[in-house]
Amino acid sequence: MSSVLYDAQGPRAKRRNIVFTVVFLVALAAALWWVIDKLVEKDQLEWAKWEMFFTGTEAWSTYIWPGLENTLKAAVLAVIIALPLGAVLGIARLSDHVWVRVPAAIVVEFFRSIPVLVLMIFGLALFSEYTSVSSDDRPLYAVVTGLVLYNASVLAEIVRAGILSLPKGQSEAAMAIGLRKNQLMRLVLLPQAVTAMLPAIVSQLVVIVKDTALGGAVLTFGELLASANTMSAYYGANTIASFTIVALIFIALNFALTTFASWLEARLRRSKRSTGAVLGVEDVDDINAAEVGGPHKTDGV
Amino acid sequence: MFDFLQDYDLAGAVWTTVQLAVLSAVGSLIWGTVLAAMRVGPVPLMRGFGTAYVNIVRNIPLTVIILFASLGLNQTLGITLGGGGDFETINFRLAVLGLTLYTSAFVCEALRSGINTVPVGQAEAARAIGLSFGQVLANIVLPQAFRSSVVPLANVLIALIKNTTVAAAIGVAETALVMKEMIENEAQLLLISAIIALVFVVLTLPTGLFLGWVGKKVAVKR
Repeated sequence: MSSVLYDAQGPRAKRRNIVFTVVFLVALAAALWWVIDKLVEKDQLEWAKWEMFFTGTEAWSTYIWPGLENTLKAAVLAVIIALPLGAVLGIARLSDHVWVRVPAAIVVEFFRSIPVLVLMIFGLALFSEYTSVSSDDRPLYAVVTGLVLYNASVLAEIVRAGILSLPKGQSEAAMAIGLRKNQLMRLVLLPQAVTAMLPAIVSQLVVIVKDTALGGAVLTFGELLASANTMSAYYGANTIASFTIVALIFIALNFALTTFASWLEARLRRSKRSTGAVLGVEDVDDINAAEVGGPHKTDGV
Repeated sequence: MFDFLQDYDLAGAVWTTVQLAVLSAVGSLIWGTVLAAMRVGPVPLMRGFGTAYVNIVRNIPLTVIILFASLGLNQTLGITLGGGGDFETINFRLAVLGLTLYTSAFVCEALRSGINTVPVGQAEAARAIGLSFGQVLANIVLPQAFRSSVVPLANVLIALIKNTTVAAAIGVAETALVMKEMIENEAQLLLISAIIALVFVVLTLPTGLFLGWVGKKVAVKR
């Protein structure tokens, strides 16, 4: 095993590694022992606390599945609404006209610098004050509004980065054969950019799924975390078991999404048909704030 | 028009937000650096632990972690983190713990991405001219890695500042919770929202601008 940090190891380094491994194993075992001891002390590992998840379907059909359904509903709605909005904002930020570019930039930077929870609380009050949405539906509306406002601006940055990631020759060739700006964007840049940014969009989905839990904790939206809370109360303050199951579901769901995004990215990088421009999974974090208020790149478009 | 503000401790709430952010930032920088060291180190078991930690923690919503800290750790297992019987102190500390555990996974990834930007040739060249392991690390690899970690770390910090609002879920009196109270009691929705939005823009935008500038200034040109 060799990397930029260390070379292939000799006998002394190997011996030292074994010592490290043993010490770390002991520390890990001690920590695990402490956790298990604490859980046993509070009777949290008894079968009675866990059996409802393994025998019978009540816990799943009454609490977990409906909760997961709401989580997915909010996430999917948010993506479907945020994508076109984000595309419009992203393209507007690349406009040649200052009066289009600057307002779009202000909107994007504004909503990116405000926490989603604040946007959700705002949405909830907005719907109860100015609309006739029934109070049962309001939490869903508020959660989706918050997610859309925030993620549209993040997706706008992804779209912008996706278009900028294309080689300059693409737009130069398009202009050389006499395409107008509109045709250049519609026929040449966007179709390629959409493919290039697919992995980034999928990994943004993970963020959206995680943020729906905020709606459950603060806005009484009946998503997975909120129903875990109700479930825990129903089974007699069964917090540890309920939260463990819910955390495992979130991990499985998001891990699947992340893996899918990485697979897409690898596939796109290999593909010979594209220009090879890919906006990877890791790149999303970098755009998230790398250019907050930074210089607006407008060359090429 | 601004009279109602006197009934609420908005300044105190913003101060709580800042405290949450600073304490968690320091905590997650330390724990994240340890995790990053494990993930890039030569010991397979530690590498496995670092990878597992990052992949598990990154995929759990922060809300679940913080709510679990309050309902699970505190109310079920009776962990108070030395807060005695004071409900507010305990929840504040639990929020810092949750934010730290969550954010350190991202700090670890930011540092690791910094190390990954250093071309292998740099270390190979350093070894070829006879530098020892310690010299390679201290003089060649880490200085370059830290420089390219500035921008990713800045992103993590900005996300952290925004994530402190999640502490509202366990009743820590920070900005989002006070906003919720104000909106419920006053008929000033747009004004209140504008004030709160301004608070966060002021907290995050200069941080991003400054660290982005630093990141560009120290970046290694390749």
